[in-house]
Amino acid sequence: MSRLLKNREIWLLLVIGALVVATTLRAPGFAQPANLLDIFNNTSILMILALGQMAVIITRSIDLSMATNLALSGMIVALTNAAFPDIPVPFLMVLATFCGLVMGAFNGILVWKLGIPAIVVTLGTLTIFRGLIFVIAGGSWVNADKFSTDFVQYTRIEFLGLPLLSWYAITIAVMFFVLMTRTPMGRAIYAIGVNPTASTYAGINVGRTTFVAFCISGMLAGFSGYLWVSRYVIGSVEVANGYELTIIAACVIGGISIAGGVGTVGSALLGALFLGVINSALPVINISPFWQMAISGAAIILAVILNARGQKQKGRLILKKGNTQ
Amino acid sequence: MSQLKLSLSGISKSFPGVIALNQVSLELHSGQVTALIGENGAGKSTLVKVLTGIYQPDSGSISIDNELVELPTPHSAFEKGITAIHQETVLFDELSVAENIFLGHAPRTRFRTIDWRKMHAKARVLLHDIGAAHINSELPLKELGIANKHLVAVARAMSIEAEIVILDEPTASLSHKEIEDLFDLIRLLKKEGKAILFISHKFDEIYQIADRFSVFRDGEMVGEGELKNTSQQDIVRLMVGRSVDQIFPKRKIAIGPPVLAVANLSHPTEFDDISFELGKGEILGFYGLVGAGRSEVMQALFGITRTASGTITLDGTAIKPKSPADAIKAGIVYVPEERGKQGVVMDLPVFQNVSLPSLHKTSKNGFLVLAREFALTRKYTRRMDLRASSLSQNTGTLSGGNQQKIVIAKWLATQPRVIILDEPTKGIDIGSKAAVHEFMGDLVDQGLSVIMVSSELPEILGMSDRIVVMRDGKIVVIHKNDGTLSAETLVKTAANISLDAA
Repeated sequence: MSRLLKNREIWLLLVIGALVVATTLRAPGFAQPANLLDIFNNTSILMILALGQMAVIITRSIDLSMATNLALSGMIVALTNAAFPDIPVPFLMVLATFCGLVMGAFNGILVWKLGIPAIVVTLGTLTIFRGLIFVIAGGSWVNADKFSTDFVQYTRIEFLGLPLLSWYAITIAVMFFVLMTRTPMGRAIYAIGVNPTASTYAGINVGRTTFVAFCISGMLAGFSGYLWVSRYVIGSVEVANGYELTIIAACVIGGISIAGGVGTVGSALLGALFLGVINSALPVINISPFWQMAISGAAIILAVILNARGQKQKGRLILKKGNTQ
Repeated sequence: MSQLKLSLSGISKSFPGVIALNQVSLELHSGQVTALIGENGAGKSTLVKVLTGIYQPDSGSISIDNELVELPTPHSAFEKGITAIHQETVLFDELSVAENIFLGHAPRTRFRTIDWRKMHAKARVLLHDIGAAHINSELPLKELGIANKHLVAVARAMSIEAEIVILDEPTASLSHKEIEDLFDLIRLLKKEGKAILFISHKFDEIYQIADRFSVFRDGEMVGEGELKNTSQQDIVRLMVGRSVDQIFPKRKIAIGPPVLAVANLSHPTEFDDISFELGKGEILGFYGLVGAGRSEVMQALFGITRTASGTITLDGTAIKPKSPADAIKAGIVYVPEERGKQGVVMDLPVFQNVSLPSLHKTSKNGFLVLAREFALTRKYTRRMDLRASSLSQNTGTLSGGNQQKIVIAKWLATQPRVIILDEPTKGIDIGSKAAVHEFMGDLVDQGLSVIMVSSELPEILGMSDRIVVMRDGKIVVIHKNDGTLSAETLVKTAANISLDAA
């Protein structure tokens, strides 16, 4: 199983490589290291969000509210920065993360204590959060000139040749990897995704574990709220509108099973990167951006087909084992 | 009158490690009810699945009206006029009664769309014929009770003109009155010349409704005949029919003071007034028919089911397990009956399954230490004699017996005081069975106390120090298993057959 997944990651890497090569044939310079790093930097926020989504999807849930959580957290720090430019930016990062955590915990509590399906809960909170942005911003925008220099610079400062934005993604990916593979909580998240009943019998609190997964996705969405506003230097009601589907698409393309229990950190990152490369490649080779959506859509379906085939092969393997015993 | 409708001969079916059916034969006659009797695991449900085209037999032949037939799919069984009414009837809750009756063969209009008016009219006639005119054919099925759902299933059987009707424990969740109604219906089906296979655990029902019987044991047909010439005692003997002093390595261990005391444990719907004590080093067997409430009691001890009243005392301290985590912490662990669903997490590797409840012990500063996990797993799987190519192997690829060893190893690693085994050897091969039994001896040797729920008579008689017999959610009697207790006595107390008739 794990070998199959590894194959899948290598396979994704090959596809991304092929995309880069193909694009370079039409547009020399695309494969330049500087451009590739640029693509990575552009995809950083999506990668962080895909990781949060992955934690939730593995527990057999889904978080549709991530993008609006991001937008609301982003708006809160944008307004705070505009009103009190002297508050240090690290504090704002913590504030954004905390706002995201509160929203994620709200989702998690509803799923845990009331037993409402996650898709319904987060569909509801998606709309609530978006509505709250209107309320707190009074429908207005926070424009570029309102932000402090630090606020804008803290995603742009270069360190060892990479902007801080990329470093945030790298740091979170490493922390997330440790969480998922090296802590009891990570183990529990996988276990309840594979088999909630058996996990209950093993003494794992399935509801609480799902709650924690939502808290994680909320925190990452909140932190991404700061990153987004700082990166695009705008706080508005429209921020990341519809982006929840891109996040889920990244997970699915990475091979994270919507049925739960299956998915690795690497595959979530590669899924996001795949979308990032497509986004950068298409304009370069003069393909209408409208094709982007069609291509990501096709990639999702292809990924699901490959997943289904992977599972079928797994079944045959068991049978063969059984017969030879 | 009694014309041979269906006959099976030499039917065998095996699964990896288990022979479910071994050269069995069965005859069903038109206008007669044949009762299929046997313990759990005797092969009854496998046989039903062969008859309804879900399983393909490895060998043997099936003939209907003296013509050889094959049943490669459920649909072909349906076309040959075989229908099964299950314990939990497989119908569609959201569809109407009439749709349930005619699903797949609804009357059509000229344009090949469903002719709703005709369908409801025909449904009403069918329901009327079986004395169920009170059921409105337009109601969604979910609004009916179990008994009425059975009636709908029967109406469906009539609508497809089924000649062979299998009733698989249809009375399990019915009230007395509803059972009477169902029996009236079965008599009606008899009169219509249907051949009926009736599967039930309850002797009084079998004698009330069936004409012939067929007894299965360990996947073999061990006796058949006319019921009116056969006493209940004879049938019990056929069911049990083997010497119990088989291979069980029960060791003599001095039983210490009570470790676990359960007093007046009650649940609103599942069980009532359960009281027993479990001594140190004791193996306490729980015997009863399916649905007697044994697993439910165990799940309450393990914190999965909430109890309404009663006390649980472990080592002199009262405990109230509200979740499995509570029970595990207190020292009570549970090896569930449904290994695949509840016991092991199939897609996780062996070591992750074993360490799952012990992660707080193997972790350091909140981080997993894989080396410790492997050490723990190695220690306990070695004790269980696990056969796996590596500890990173996917648990789903192991045999049932080895999966069971993983479940037990997982619990041993938590160093429990009481281990509850629910049907510990159900569906696993002989070799693993022996390993599990031998291991139970080891456990009590080391001072653990064991509760074993089992429906297998040799196992319960061979392994237990005392045997609790449950019936209808209550404890009937607690036997001392001192060698004089017979399998017949156990079955009779569990099934409520008078003892003195022997």
